[in-house]
Amino acid sequence: MENKVLMKGTNALAEAAIQAGCRCYFGYPITPQNELPEYMARRMAEVGGVFLQGESEIASINMVLGAAASGVRSMTSSSSPGISLKQEGISFLAAMELPALIVNIMRGGPGLGNIAPSQGDYYQATRGGGHGDYRTPVFAPASIQELYDITMYAFDVADIYRTPVVILGDGMMGQIVEPTVCRKRQEIDLPPKDYVLDGAKGRPSRIIRSLILDTFEMEEHNWKLKRKYDLMRGRLPQHEEFMVADAKLVIVAYGTAARIAKGAVKRARREGLSVGLLRPITLWPFPTQAIQDIAKKVKHFLVFEMSTGQMVDDVLLALGGKAQCEFYGRPGGVVPTPMEITRIIGRYWVQKEILG
Amino acid sequence: MKKVFTKPKSLKDVPFHYCPGCGHSIIHRLVAEVIDELGISDCVIGVPPAGCAVLAYNYFDIDMCEAPHGRGCAVATGFKRAQPDKIVFTYQGDGDMAAIGTAETLHAANRGERITAIFVNNAVYGMTGGQMAPTTMIGQKTTTSPFGRRPEVEGYPLLITDLIATLKGPSYVVRHSLATPAKILATKKSIKKAFEMQIKGLGFSLVEVLSPCPTNWKLSAVDAFKFLESRMEKEFPIGVFKDVTKG
Repeated sequence: MENKVLMKGTNALAEAAIQAGCRCYFGYPITPQNELPEYMARRMAEVGGVFLQGESEIASINMVLGAAASGVRSMTSSSSPGISLKQEGISFLAAMELPALIVNIMRGGPGLGNIAPSQGDYYQATRGGGHGDYRTPVFAPASIQELYDITMYAFDVADIYRTPVVILGDGMMGQIVEPTVCRKRQEIDLPPKDYVLDGAKGRPSRIIRSLILDTFEMEEHNWKLKRKYDLMRGRLPQHEEFMVADAKLVIVAYGTAARIAKGAVKRARREGLSVGLLRPITLWPFPTQAIQDIAKKVKHFLVFEMSTGQMVDDVLLALGGKAQCEFYGRPGGVVPTPMEITRIIGRYWVQKEILG
Repeated sequence: MKKVFTKPKSLKDVPFHYCPGCGHSIIHRLVAEVIDELGISDCVIGVPPAGCAVLAYNYFDIDMCEAPHGRGCAVATGFKRAQPDKIVFTYQGDGDMAAIGTAETLHAANRGERITAIFVNNAVYGMTGGQMAPTTMIGQKTTTSPFGRRPEVEGYPLLITDLIATLKGPSYVVRHSLATPAKILATKKSIKKAFEMQIKGLGFSLVEVLSPCPTNWKLSAVDAFKFLESRMEKEFPIGVFKDVTKG
């Protein structure tokens, strides 16, 4: 039996990165994710890796760029305002097709906002975030075990598709402590890193660039990226279904909001309401097909987010008018209880006259 | 027949796109000659900037990675930390080095990052069409300082090399000029020394090169080189600002 230990979210993520072979961490302090760089500062020294506190978020993501172009598994982490600063670098990573992991432990916003758990960065994360025509895979774990496992997997996804990958957590996911099995890395076949700049020894010199002045060449690069994104759209979507089989109403929520929603679904079930939960694990690519499959039977959806409503747009796109969809949100760092969501479910149930 | 002059091996056989009289071609050649002479072409990584020299990777026959505007020293830091045995250098203009990238430059220098920065100062934004640079001189007219740079409005030219020399991290900080063949040779000597400092692991090395931009200075190539001596060198004195190998 594998060793199960109590781990805080940020530490589990950091340890998983180490186990996945990440050997370069660059970051700048920001609450609520400081335990992650703090863990890395000690741990990287133990494994002979690089930990460097950059002078800014901008510097840190560009250090990641240099390390990624060196062929080393590299990452940075931050929280909402810091992630905004990293967007320039993320756009370059996407353009240059360099693998890297970017962790966003979201807090309340816009602006400085606050340091409480929030989900206000969904649009930024799932629409590329920076300038230009690109996407990044986005994972939204909802337990510390899943956070650990997804972190390891995220590095593989980054290498396979040569892309920056985002893990989107929130202050709650970063701070909670849960029993976690620290699995060892499963070695898989990865494509050769034939882009790495390590001094042109015994081979022609290489260039890594994003400037493509010829418009037709740039267009071709855009289409090449698009083909890669389409490949990911087909392969990457992940979701969890909970009590969906006989549900008449399905809640859609991710991350911490999904944990709360799960509690609410259990409560609603005790009251005799056949409610289920669909939890997207990948936010991009979005589990559109899963929602469409459920919508063949279920005609009522309720999206719950710790924001004023962002993922709800992707749910509406997936439904394409085939089912009714309402939204409930608590932005600003407010973390509602399962009881509150149960009340919302009950109200929706009555208003829509859903029969149990 | 004896060959007395040849193209450096570290330069590709590609004609430069730079304007006639531009200093980049000269500085590219100097850097390539130094790479050849030190025999490091198979272990060197170059980081060109945004700006006129962004296309440097089309000319150097070495591994090169473009950096976002101003982030050269941060990208180079990533390379050097990931591969401490490689020789890493940035090639940056004045806007890159001393405006948008001031923080990255100063902090890399202050950390004593074992990288070499080649800083080309022509007191103007070349690629974007002649706008004011952090190093534009008082009274100098540019497209965004059409009345000449006024201290009370646009502030003073930033002497970032002098600033970096005050830090503890750098090992070698110099300023040169391309104004005359003798000065060009002196520039090359310092570029070589800066790379040698890095090879010895002595810390951040910086070579600023005052370089002509005839196109945006609206001068002939000959007059631009004269301007280097008559104006640029007055505002930006050439010399060695720091050298840890000298007591």
